[in-house]
Amino acid sequence: MSHEELTARVRAVIAATQHLPQEKITPDSTFEELGIDSLDGINILFAVESEFNINIPDEAAQNLRSVRDVIDGIAKLLEGGQSGQAVTA
Amino acid sequence: MTRRVAVTGLGVISALGGDAGEFWQSLQAGRSGIAPLQTVDPALLRFPNSAEVRNFAPLQYFEEKEIGLLDRFAQFGVVAARQAIAQAGIRWTQSLRESTAIVTGSCAGGQNTEDEGFVNLYRNNIPRVNPFTIPRTMENGAASRISLETGVVGPTYTISTACSSSNHAIGQAFWMVRSGAVEMAITGGSEAFFSLGFLKAWEAMRVVSPDTCRPFSKDRRGLILGEGAAMLVLEPIEAARARGAAILGEIVGFGMSSDAFHITQPSPDGAARAMRACLRDAAQLQPEAIAYINAHGTATLANDAAETASIRQVFGAHADRLAVSSTKSMHGHTLGAAGAIEAAATVLALREGILPPTANFTQPDPACNLDVIPNTARQAAVEFALSNSFAFGGLNAVLAFRRAET
Repeated sequence: MSHEELTARVRAVIAATQHLPQEKITPDSTFEELGIDSLDGINILFAVESEFNINIPDEAAQNLRSVRDVIDGIAKLLEGGQSGQAVTA
Repeated sequence: MTRRVAVTGLGVISALGGDAGEFWQSLQAGRSGIAPLQTVDPALLRFPNSAEVRNFAPLQYFEEKEIGLLDRFAQFGVVAARQAIAQAGIRWTQSLRESTAIVTGSCAGGQNTEDEGFVNLYRNNIPRVNPFTIPRTMENGAASRISLETGVVGPTYTISTACSSSNHAIGQAFWMVRSGAVEMAITGGSEAFFSLGFLKAWEAMRVVSPDTCRPFSKDRRGLILGEGAAMLVLEPIEAARARGAAILGEIVGFGMSSDAFHITQPSPDGAARAMRACLRDAAQLQPEAIAYINAHGTATLANDAAETASIRQVFGAHADRLAVSSTKSMHGHTLGAAGAIEAAATVLALREGILPPTANFTQPDPACNLDVIPNTARQAAVEFALSNSFAFGGLNAVLAFRRAET
């Protein structure tokens, strides 16, 4: 998966989970700017784990503050060998 | 009418043992009951440890056919109630049965029964569930069984307010005895929820510790889930004295509030409001009279900092002279039973003149700058103490206790 595709999929997941238009979500957006609180945060992680079929450990989850953090975190997990296929609920 | 309310019986079953004696031994020694998960395979979860009740043998307490009607959570509640009733030396009369209340707390009720039924239906394609599923899963299962066993026909009900369930239950029972609505109450809570589905739900909240429970420590990583039950017998102090019952302690106040802030994040203002309400309810007890607080102290990043802030809000400069510990560090977070187990810990602490520590403590957190009695229990003659419960949904319930007069 290219970085562009990864970015697009993460933006789509966050938009859907938060009921926000995708245009509002850029890689530079912080969670604070997007009005994402801690509960929204764990909900996004749940959606991201399902979308990419990955397991995000709690320590990694605690340091996510922006869309870029999420993209970079997923990229690292995928490089580390976790599957990247979309999983339907 | 307003009467002083004595605690004349206590029963506890928890990760620290099968009765109040074993419970107190561990609290005094600062010995944690947190150990590797037993009922559910830890390989399926992000956390390996729990504060389960080990080696519980239902047949030690119930006939085989009775077990069929009782989920584990109800079994725990009944066992704890029997201990409390035995200690209180209650001699039941029909009049007493009519004027006794049973008020219990439980958050998950018969979770194991429900889970087993679902596994059979959805995974094993068995087209029926145990016909006793409803009576086993209902949150009032313990209360109803205690009523059946004792013949109590007075007000009997169960409160479900997540982690504050038991404090709410004990508080209501306290008010009913104090006001003369009833002459006695059996009150507390019970919880047993170790099924994969329920644990997965907690895992998804990302608040469960991957190692142990370190309330107030800088490196705390979350809560450890636990199970068990505690029950108290409450009666007017004059009645207890008249019948020569041993008075273990007194409940003097109960306060409640709602945060109206966030569905899971705690609010220091809400917690402070509940503590102040409790002090007012205790005949305007002054904050300076409190020397010990059994904290909610779940060891989540959010709770411990918010709780510290709320304590400082209520107590001001006196907060520096308070001793505050979280016994969840030893018996785990027992959700709907937490308030009851912690009420037992507080009553015993005042009675024995020994304050249980916050176990597993490593390094102080500036955001939790209280005397948290790290690791070692402390001898201290305390007259008044608080016990806090601050639940998801922003529901706060606080009890105030007094040492029994000698």
